[in-house]
Amino acid sequence: MEDEVRLMKGNEAVAHAAIRYGVDGYFGYPITPQSEILETLEELMPWETTGMVVLQAESEIAAINMVYGGAATGKACMTSSSSPGISLKQEGISYIAAGKLPALIINCMRGGPGLGTIQPSQADYFQATKGGGHGDYHLIVLAPASVQEMADFVGLGFDLAFKYRTPVMMLADGIVGQMMEKVVLPPQRPRRTDEEIALQCPWAVTGRPASRKPNIMTTLELDPVAMERNNIRLQETYRLIEANETRCEEHCTEDCEYLIVAFGSVARICQKAMEEAREEGIKVGILRPITLWPFPSEEIKRLSKKVKAILVVELNAGQMIEDVRLSLEDRVPVHHYGRMGGIVMDPSDVLGALKNIIEE
Amino acid sequence: MTPEEIKQAANIVECKPRLLNDNTMHYCPGCSHGVVHKLVAEVIEEMGAEHIAIAIAPVGCAVMAYNYIDIDWIEAAHGRAPAIATAAKRLNPSRLVFTYQGDGDLAAIGTAETIHAANRGENIAIIFINNGIYGMTGGQMAPTTLEGQVTSTTPYGRRVELNGYPLRITDILAGLDGTCYVTRQSVHTAPAVRKAKKAIRKAFENSMTGLGTSVVEIVSTCSSGWKLSPAKANVWMVEHMFEKYPIGDLKDTTVSKA
Repeated sequence: MEDEVRLMKGNEAVAHAAIRYGVDGYFGYPITPQSEILETLEELMPWETTGMVVLQAESEIAAINMVYGGAATGKACMTSSSSPGISLKQEGISYIAAGKLPALIINCMRGGPGLGTIQPSQADYFQATKGGGHGDYHLIVLAPASVQEMADFVGLGFDLAFKYRTPVMMLADGIVGQMMEKVVLPPQRPRRTDEEIALQCPWAVTGRPASRKPNIMTTLELDPVAMERNNIRLQETYRLIEANETRCEEHCTEDCEYLIVAFGSVARICQKAMEEAREEGIKVGILRPITLWPFPSEEIKRLSKKVKAILVVELNAGQMIEDVRLSLEDRVPVHHYGRMGGIVMDPSDVLGALKNIIEE
Repeated sequence: MTPEEIKQAANIVECKPRLLNDNTMHYCPGCSHGVVHKLVAEVIEEMGAEHIAIAIAPVGCAVMAYNYIDIDWIEAAHGRAPAIATAAKRLNPSRLVFTYQGDGDLAAIGTAETIHAANRGENIAIIFINNGIYGMTGGQMAPTTLEGQVTSTTPYGRRVELNGYPLRITDILAGLDGTCYVTRQSVHTAPAVRKAKKAIRKAFENSMTGLGTSVVEIVSTCSSGWKLSPAKANVWMVEHMFEKYPIGDLKDTTVSKA
């Protein structure tokens, strides 16, 4: 069968992919630059086809708690927002992580802090990768660099969320959310039946049949010994995820003397800068982390052994650079180039930053 | 008579509901929670609904309600129970979904979730324990605390010029088009307990018939927070709470709609 190629925005692709994956519930609240996800879902009316529930909540706080409630019943639930709204969701995300519940949260980042701007940014890297809410927890963080990946990471996100019983964040930005590209949408899958959910999620809160004890979804544990045990279990899951789910992509790293590390839309800009640099004879390669947590430390470490310097390019004041430096233990000079507040760099800006490093 | 003789079947006039387990409750003597827990367990048992019941516990004194009633529970973040119930019910429409919340949870931090769930007419039941105080955290002022009432954060009594007025949120909920049944009950006497049970049963049945949101407020005692003996707390509730929170139905559209 021929692939169904469509032209659409990243946000629209998320909505289509969610329906086609068989997502059970989407709960959202409008905020630029991601409102097309909710708008597209409302327009597509999936409740009449797959039975998917779509609801505009009264706030981001309500929306994330609806995800928590739906996920607790074993359903595949998701929400999306942009930076200020994601800050509001942090309490609920912490509960979802503590409850070991599968869920997908999409952050289409905009510039901050505060109300900030509606222009793109990558300034929520720390928040997404280091926890975000209270307590020791991690999200699996997927960073899409294209409209295709925004569609694909809906399915990948839910697969990982259910495999490890953990919330997954798709950390997109206003560029990939808003730009239009060709995308191949996944085939339509049916939503899971109640019987399939009962088999896959024996912990789900669905009403108690006589055959089992009550299923209780709680994140409260007043006995510190038991609470430490809960934390240890979470950490064991995170070690497993680190061992199995680290993803990254390399471009022209075979012969590179300088390495650019960039994620999401910025990696696309850096690819152009890399092409221009190579035309001038500067051997540049790119490593693009696809999972920001777990971070591809081993891959960066391996590449660092053959390069003279590393340039980390981000739409922030320098956040991922900390993870790059931790990966290398300062064995190679690591530099940062970034723009903030919704300003996006040009490939020539990246090339200029690279040349400054070479001249040093 | 020996205890064994007393326990003979012929002497038993009333049993603890099967769904109410033997765990020792953490509630203080004289607290209304124990009675309301028993009513919830009894109603679910009598409806034969334990296999479809999804209960949402609050943050507050009832945070561990799941330790006492043997049904499926979701423990909510503070105030968010109606949002959680919204998703649980919409994604599982065949289930009996209800929240169990206190006044701080429902009428302060969770006001937005409460009003909007009710305004959407979510087919859920809300059991609302109003004792006019934050019991769990040590007796601080609640939105429902009466004017002049002494709490640990209003040591000289609640002053309206500083803290505003006691919030009759149930009256607000009754004014929303999404609610079908809104009532205010209490459990301080045997007749009151029987009426409260009927109200809870009606609210749970409404959750299954799709008529909208049902709210059962139980004006309750907090003898520890009020610093009164259980008997005196009942008297204080009748003399002071009932004036601001009068007992009775505020709204019932189920008869005409049915």
